[in-house]
Amino acid sequence: MDASRREFLKSTGGAAAAALLGFDLKPAYAQLQELKIARARVTQATCPYCAVGCGVLIYTIGDNAKNVTPQVLHVEGDPDHPTNRGTLCPKGASLHQDILNPRRLLKPQVRRPGSDQWEDITWDQALDEIAHRMKKTRDDTLVEKDSQGRTVNRCEGLAWIGGCTDTNEFNYLVVKSMRAMGLTYIENQARL
Amino acid sequence: MTNGWVDIKNADMILVMGGNPAENHPCGFKWAIEAKRHRNAKMIVVDPRFTRTAATGDLFCQIRAGTDIAFLGGLIRYAIDNNRYAKDYLAHFTNAAFIVKEGLKLPEDGLFSGFDPATRTYDPATWNYEAEGAPNSAGLPPKVAFDLTLQDPRCVFQLLRRQYSRYTPEMVERVTGIPKEQFLQAADLFTSVRIDGDMTKAATMLYAVGWTHHTNGTQMIRTAAIVQLLLGNVGRAGGGVNALRGHSNIQGATDMAGLYHLLPGYLKAPAASDVDFKTWVARITPGASKPGAWDSLNYWANTPRFAVSLLKALYGEAARKENDWAFHYLPKVDRDCSWVHLWDDMYRGNVKGMLAFGMNAVCIGPDSQKNIDALKKAEWLVVGEIYPDETSEFWRAPGITAEEMKTIRTTVYRLPCAGFAEKDGSTTNSARWLVWKHAALPPPGQARLDQDIVAEIFLRVRALYRKEGGRFPDPILNLTWPYSDPLHPPLSELAKEFNGKALADLTDPKTQQVVVKKGQQLPGFALLRDDGTTSCGNWIYCGSWTEAGPQLARRGTEDPSGLGVYPNWGWSWPANRRVLYNRASCDLSGKPWDSSRTQVWWDEAAQLWSGHDVPDYKADSKPQDHMGPFIMNPEGVGRLFAPLAAMVDGPFPEHYEPVESPVANVFHPQQPTNPVLKKLASPDDRFGSPAEGFTVVCTTYRLTEHYHFWTKNNPMSVQLIPEPFVEMPVELADELGIRGGDKVKITSARSYYIAKAFVTRRIKPMTIDGKKVYQIGMPINQGFRGIQEDAGKDARTIANRLTPTVVDPNAHTPEFKGFLVKVEKG
Repeated sequence: MDASRREFLKSTGGAAAAALLGFDLKPAYAQLQELKIARARVTQATCPYCAVGCGVLIYTIGDNAKNVTPQVLHVEGDPDHPTNRGTLCPKGASLHQDILNPRRLLKPQVRRPGSDQWEDITWDQALDEIAHRMKKTRDDTLVEKDSQGRTVNRCEGLAWIGGCTDTNEFNYLVVKSMRAMGLTYIENQARL
Repeated sequence: MTNGWVDIKNADMILVMGGNPAENHPCGFKWAIEAKRHRNAKMIVVDPRFTRTAATGDLFCQIRAGTDIAFLGGLIRYAIDNNRYAKDYLAHFTNAAFIVKEGLKLPEDGLFSGFDPATRTYDPATWNYEAEGAPNSAGLPPKVAFDLTLQDPRCVFQLLRRQYSRYTPEMVERVTGIPKEQFLQAADLFTSVRIDGDMTKAATMLYAVGWTHHTNGTQMIRTAAIVQLLLGNVGRAGGGVNALRGHSNIQGATDMAGLYHLLPGYLKAPAASDVDFKTWVARITPGASKPGAWDSLNYWANTPRFAVSLLKALYGEAARKENDWAFHYLPKVDRDCSWVHLWDDMYRGNVKGMLAFGMNAVCIGPDSQKNIDALKKAEWLVVGEIYPDETSEFWRAPGITAEEMKTIRTTVYRLPCAGFAEKDGSTTNSARWLVWKHAALPPPGQARLDQDIVAEIFLRVRALYRKEGGRFPDPILNLTWPYSDPLHPPLSELAKEFNGKALADLTDPKTQQVVVKKGQQLPGFALLRDDGTTSCGNWIYCGSWTEAGPQLARRGTEDPSGLGVYPNWGWSWPANRRVLYNRASCDLSGKPWDSSRTQVWWDEAAQLWSGHDVPDYKADSKPQDHMGPFIMNPEGVGRLFAPLAAMVDGPFPEHYEPVESPVANVFHPQQPTNPVLKKLASPDDRFGSPAEGFTVVCTTYRLTEHYHFWTKNNPMSVQLIPEPFVEMPVELADELGIRGGDKVKITSARSYYIAKAFVTRRIKPMTIDGKKVYQIGMPINQGFRGIQEDAGKDARTIANRLTPTVVDPNAHTPEFKGFLVKVEKG
């Protein structure tokens, strides 16, 4: 698709306009665009914002080679997607700045009781503490039988709340593992 | 959505109400514009504000927030009185002809029959059909008495007529503030698709959280569904009742049961009273209920197959017939654990630890301060996020002093997660299309994929139970975890798991031939079994990843019918059907109502239903068998009347005022609000009234340039809309001496909010039952962490500090719209 679009721009856009006006910048712009994404890999993705679910194309260079981090060059609407047909709204059009954003969280941190600041923590330490806390809270608050003697096996002290941009697969994994731990406080942005 | 985004281009009439798609769903809204340009469709927009959607409409009605049932009820009355409804459709495809048993009282005084003021609940025993020939028992009668002439005074159609006879144009004006003449213009225009019952044209309704964010939100949507059934618009190209939805996978999160009361595929979560598997499935599996001569597929009759297959997916070999399919591994719910109750239970010290991933709970509200106060009482909190957010930093929210900070004992872990471009997987758009996306790059720094974090937490907890033992470890130890890389479960393997596979060779019961071999992916949910020979994590997604590969990753752009079906793009649940209930697009004989928009039809030669879309129906059910098109209802037909416990607050929608209202309920002043509504009672749950000076109606909304509380970190979004603002009528601003750009303070009974005044003529003062009422509107997209907030360029208050914790008793969604405030110059 990309090759044919570029071919189309190259072969028709400039020529037609130049014939009318005698002078036109379009071929130069097309050339720039081509240079920018010429060696890029195209990834088909879905916009993370509203539920229209626009198709987006993410252009990266880096070629998946080992020790090379792909760099995002450009994000645009997917012209093949039946719903958005290449268009994006102002939010979608700024996705590049969401992917490459200096405010991204880059390391695990912990705020200890009474503290006024974040401390860095290793992943291993953070996950170890979280797992111990989950087990302890579960063991402390699991109700196996209710007051009428009925088996209920629910954990009343733990809650999970999730977002609405997570994938179906992630949500399935969450429901699977959290229900297994006995959670009934499972809620989601979808409620709101 | 019953239909889909592209399908909107097939509409002849569009009502946009409770939504603002031009601003909030711009790339989907183009299909409404397409309908206007190429079909000469008309568009009516009903909204508290003159939005950009309204600017493209043919008619705009400014409505008071929270009064939509009055408007839609008026529409029902108008359609019936003016013979603008679909007679055959109504009689045969809805429960209009069903006779309701004696004893039902309509809410002329605000209450249906069966109300218990002590518990504020209804006993819905009288909200039932009359049994044909036999006395009624407790549930829905298997054979229902009916009157196809629709004349019996107790048939649903006559009750509907009587219920909405009170919703006159005069009453619509008194309640909604829409002048009578304008309402009549809107009613005439919308129902013009069904002049004298002609069925050729189709009308659609588009809505979003403008309908759900009310204490009668579910009933608003039901009123819309009643209008659409009355006019025969459901199941048809260019028709339907369409929830636009605000987030990329809000549909999928619901389908996958990210909510306390559900299990995947809309199975009802087990309750304490479900003492064993049999009791549970008996409670959640309905029996058909229809006129004796009719047929009803009653697809939920297959619930045991879905339930056993889910337990096999979760617990594999540990779920056996002998141990009740490991039914007691599932926790049993005995209370309302929905959003506001979860926070209330944390506030009261019962919920001690929480994991919050991928949303910003404090900002989302309602009553952000209550959520902050609740988190102060939690022992620990884990936040998975990509940006620094208000939830992980609740302990240093504005207003918390250094001294108070020392007293907040909550331990907070903030884990850096992956952004959308760094993760693959599927999302389900509001048209129910599952579409696979690919990862473009790895997460930055030490950030990890969300699924890897959850997997590792679970596996570490499991290892602790193995090592140390603990309370009832069985469901944790026996959970299936068959992933090729257990610490990094590939999402493709999870997708295959929820599609489902055969655990033994499956044979066709008629031919005894093997149709699916052991270990193969299932082609669809029709093959699910209740004997443990199939596993399936979500029955409605069965068919999305088959032996033919990932159907949800297909990219076929062909659209043979030109109706925007796109059958080979992604995969649509259920069974790749693009328009739900599409059998209703045909007349009784199976011929499309409109020969230019043929979706499905009865093929007499083949003795099968065929079409451009997948028929949402039993493929070989002959038209003369009179099977209802609404196969998920036990009745087989659409519900104008919702029997028994379908709704907790009445079988027909009735107008109730928002919990904070500037006026009395003119239908029944003695019963102003939803009778079953319950308010939480913590010190943070405060409500205001006009007598206390809270006189202005406030509604919250979203902006094109921002996405919730996420894009306040995005330089381009912040450049476009840098600051919070409050939109208010010129007349109100003049009264208070406020000019555009002035700082204003908005106060509710909960808290206050500071922003700049945006003085506008897009919201006009309203006259409600003779009283002047102002409405204001405010976007919600800012907080106390963001580019501008960190630069000290705004007041760092959160809009949802103002909103109340009171919820719709059916869907448990809070009343974010139509609460009362005071406005002051700041």
